[in-house]
Amino acid sequence: MSLLIATLAIGLVFAVLALGIYMSFRVYQMPDITADGSFPLGAAITARLLRDGADPVTATLAGMAGGALAGAITGTIHVRFKVNALLSGILVMTALYSVNLRIMGASNVPINARTLFTPFEEAARASFGPETSILGRSVPSGDLGLLAASALIAGIATILMVLFLKTELGAAMRATGDNARMLRALGTSTDRMTVLGLAVSNALVALSGSLFAQMQAFADAQMGIGVIVLGLASVILGQSLIGPVRSIALAVIGAVMGAILFRLLVAIAIRLGLDANDLKLVTALVVLAAIVGPGLIKEMGRKRGTHAST
Amino acid sequence: MLQLNSVRKTFNPGTANEVRALAGVTLALAPGSFTVVIGTNGSGKSTLQAAISGAFELDAGSISVDNTDITRWPEHRRAHLIGRVFQDPFAGTAPSLTVAENLALASKRGKWRTLAPLLRGARRGEWKNLLAQIGLGLEDRLDDPIGLLSGGQRQSITLLMATLTGPKVLLLDEHTAALDPRSAELVISLTTRLVASSSATTVMVTHSMQQAATLGDRLIAMHRGQVYLDVSGAEKQRLTETELLALFSQMRRDDRFDDDACRLVSAQYR
Repeated sequence: MSLLIATLAIGLVFAVLALGIYMSFRVYQMPDITADGSFPLGAAITARLLRDGADPVTATLAGMAGGALAGAITGTIHVRFKVNALLSGILVMTALYSVNLRIMGASNVPINARTLFTPFEEAARASFGPETSILGRSVPSGDLGLLAASALIAGIATILMVLFLKTELGAAMRATGDNARMLRALGTSTDRMTVLGLAVSNALVALSGSLFAQMQAFADAQMGIGVIVLGLASVILGQSLIGPVRSIALAVIGAVMGAILFRLLVAIAIRLGLDANDLKLVTALVVLAAIVGPGLIKEMGRKRGTHAST
Repeated sequence: MLQLNSVRKTFNPGTANEVRALAGVTLALAPGSFTVVIGTNGSGKSTLQAAISGAFELDAGSISVDNTDITRWPEHRRAHLIGRVFQDPFAGTAPSLTVAENLALASKRGKWRTLAPLLRGARRGEWKNLLAQIGLGLEDRLDDPIGLLSGGQRQSITLLMATLTGPKVLLLDEHTAALDPRSAELVISLTTRLVASSSATTVMVTHSMQQAATLGDRLIAMHRGQVYLDVSGAEKQRLTETELLALFSQMRRDDRFDDDACRLVSAQYR
């Protein structure tokens, strides 16, 4: 039971990551690998500031701001200097590896201070005692506080994201990914929209990294590896859960559900004996299958169709 | 008033692919006038529109709207003055956004995109009336993603979006060429109505000699990056489709010669 609660809590933290990847991959149709650097960047900034005695809210917001800056840099390299979008992301991601080490001063920084989650854990312990039982099983109350906090943050982030995408600015960003020429004809700089959109995307990714570090009580320079693929897996899984939708709210909620479901599936797979070292390989294969699969099936169907007709 | 002074543009200068797209074009288009532009492929007629809309920087010359020089303005800055409809019927609308969202983006043409909800204070009633005018039952589809609509329907809405904020200039770039005949007819009749009710200086590029003969109050034929023919007033009204077709085959014949040979022999052909 405790494992399930921890899995859900981490899933909710990765839901915030999925929101960020939704922004770059679905809104801009651009897989932004900056995420692999901005996720540990958020963690690094938060861990460093917490160590230096900052309060958790400031430390988390500073992590987000760092992510926003990283995204804006990727966007600027891409639109201002016409560097291929993927390469722009690779450059920033690589640079961030050193930046993160500089910020942390070591490749791994433990977090011993109070975090965003501490008040929630304390409140849960105060009201339920150290242990509580759910469906007849004993659970540490602190974990429930953790789950409530991550649900609250992921919920707020999701609602803000949906509302944002329905603002003039958010809709202009969606139109940029959809039809940039049209938006320019309507008098909006699509360059500016791209920079802003990647800033928003990476701010969310960094927030997720910051929350993940606070939940695990450490930040690590390596923790960003494969984050983009994890995010893509969540977004794609979410899309297949929801199906083709007309409402932007449902599409965003799909990405969030995808992140949670993906985390649950991973937990189950490890329980069933999957070596945790193989996790990234399996994740990459899942994403590849999800992207290539539908087209491949259609192709095979067509071939069979032509054979039948000849 | 839309004014072009000796506008020049060469693409890929100094290479084998060098194209002198605009070779010194000077035009003064009166406010509220409706000019139809024709020309053979590569004559510069679409480049002319792209120059006005700011898609590239000019090599020489200047462009002004109501005596404001916009030559150095980037494309997006000119947009509050210029409404545009493209040849590709899908180019003027964002498919995953709803009809209402597309119209709302167009109603804030040239303004800053803020954090205000896009559809707050949307003039849905007004939009429904406009959509009803098209006559395709679009008034009931405000909340559908525009990607679900046909090319003709989307081009009609693009036309509404282009004129929604009363721009000074309206550019129509072969906007019916990619539509089926029935949709093209609908879009043309909508064009006639919208142009008549708007005060925009309209420039319409077309391949259709029938449209060129029947629409507009001025006709310009482009050839080799220059204005080849410019008629207006009663003379334009008298022009027939047959005469335009003859003019066209003349321009095609000229195309087969190079510039100098053309100048030498063309006098004898006329």
